[in-house]
Amino acid sequence: MTEPTLLSGRGLGLSFGGITALADVDVDLWPGEMLAIVGESGSGKTTLLNVLSGRLTPDTGVVWYRDPNGQLHDVHAMPAPALRTLHRSDWGFVHQDPRQNLRMTVSAGGNVGERLMAQGARHYGDIRAAALDWLAQVEIDADRIDDLPRTFSGGMLQRLQIARTLVTHPRLVFMDEPTGGLDVSVQARLLDLIRSLVTRLQIAVVLVTHDIAVARLLAHRIAVMQRGRIVETGLTDQVLDDPRHPYTQLLVSSVLNA
Amino acid sequence: MKGYNFAYLDDQTKRMIRRGLLKAVAIPGHQVPFGSREMPLPYGWGTGGIQVTASILGAGDVLKVIDQGADDTTNAVSIRRFFARTAGVATTTATAEATVIQTRHRIPEKQLREDQIIVYQVPQPEPLSRLEPSRIETKRMHGLADYGLMHVKLYEDISRFGQVSISYDYPVMVNERYLMSPSPIPAFDNPKMDMMPALQLFGAGREKRIYAIPPWTRVKSLDFDDHPFRTINAPHPCGLCGATDSYLDEVVTDNHGGRLFVCSDTDHCSERRAAGHVGTDGFQEAAE
Repeated sequence: MTEPTLLSGRGLGLSFGGITALADVDVDLWPGEMLAIVGESGSGKTTLLNVLSGRLTPDTGVVWYRDPNGQLHDVHAMPAPALRTLHRSDWGFVHQDPRQNLRMTVSAGGNVGERLMAQGARHYGDIRAAALDWLAQVEIDADRIDDLPRTFSGGMLQRLQIARTLVTHPRLVFMDEPTGGLDVSVQARLLDLIRSLVTRLQIAVVLVTHDIAVARLLAHRIAVMQRGRIVETGLTDQVLDDPRHPYTQLLVSSVLNA
Repeated sequence: MKGYNFAYLDDQTKRMIRRGLLKAVAIPGHQVPFGSREMPLPYGWGTGGIQVTASILGAGDVLKVIDQGADDTTNAVSIRRFFARTAGVATTTATAEATVIQTRHRIPEKQLREDQIIVYQVPQPEPLSRLEPSRIETKRMHGLADYGLMHVKLYEDISRFGQVSISYDYPVMVNERYLMSPSPIPAFDNPKMDMMPALQLFGAGREKRIYAIPPWTRVKSLDFDDHPFRTINAPHPCGLCGATDSYLDEVVTDNHGGRLFVCSDTDHCSERRAAGHVGTDGFQEAAE
């Protein structure tokens, strides 16, 4: 690929005491691309996500982010205000548990509008219209706009979190097991929704999942992690249909119809 | 008074508080921590305000203390007497004569001057406290001027009630930088803070914070473009003096639903009555 990358990690390493969480990890992400990071639990997937998004500082290595003007930024050397601005405008983070991200005491409309207001939107009517538009896009009824999130089902909460994250049209979204904890039919609908939104809005996504089926459905490329290292990376179909590393082979063979 | 320092507090404490005040004035609206002392009155009665007053008071000052607009309530009377005894300063109830005004819950109706200082008693200095319980997080939000959350609260009010439902302690932006709690004054008084000629000092004793607004500083109440800030007041004239532009208290007068609306600023009201203004219930008052 000749196009410049959106996000690149080089030589990332991080250990918690004696435990090596990341070792010599290189990652590249191109604009509009969906990269899945798979592996068993404890393999360092979430740590990698946190390092890439600047929430954790690595012991070694560097993460580069290219802003819309083509300027490269070292994510961990950025001043805190700039990183915070990035996180609430150009970037988004979708947690496994939507309660971590949502404000449970604020209505659905307020939750969706918060990022807009943080960016300086000061017109109530516009914020309300944007919230209604986004609720429609994530298939939540418009008459639920003033309801509190605690009256929502698990799947609705996750969709509300996605609406709240995407309302500022981020270029890059980090997703940590977005379908975890949901039943299979709800998962399928949510995956469908994520795929159509991401494709339409041309958002680049780093997706962490232990579910290979989710990776197969959503991701363009896949990176397989084991004990803090990326053992295999490539196009999703290629890696899953013709796994080369023994660990990937084990992972793929352990899933039915993956 | 024998055995006491001038204005009760020792010099080291006053010095510490004045340092805090200087810093607060230099960064309008920013909360400066200070070592709040035990005072001979309970928390919630104005321990912050009384410490600020004690450290700025000079022998030539004239002190006025108001509580909910009134000069004759327990809190106002005790604090005024406290300084009359410990500092020997002159006290007054007339806004125009005072050089230092300590206040709880109101700003006087009369426009303050450049040679006056108003000291507010503040129970909760952090405007975001109800929305974000963590002090560390609110400090970070102040540092980064990240105040979207406060607007979320306003948004919630409008979507639920059709208007912002904050009637007192209405959050303000000071000098277009810091979000600040104006202390529990009614939203009616908020516009008086904007470009006020007098120095405004805020003391929160229990929470150990001082903040300030220097004279002639912009103070803007938060709002939305399509839901501008507006003040709310009872739609009545004052029953005693007939004023229509002052903040009113509702006083229940009997058990049959009888009520009287009177100026909450007692000095303003009595001054108007002395000048010959009479409200609908004014004669009654004169007969008593």
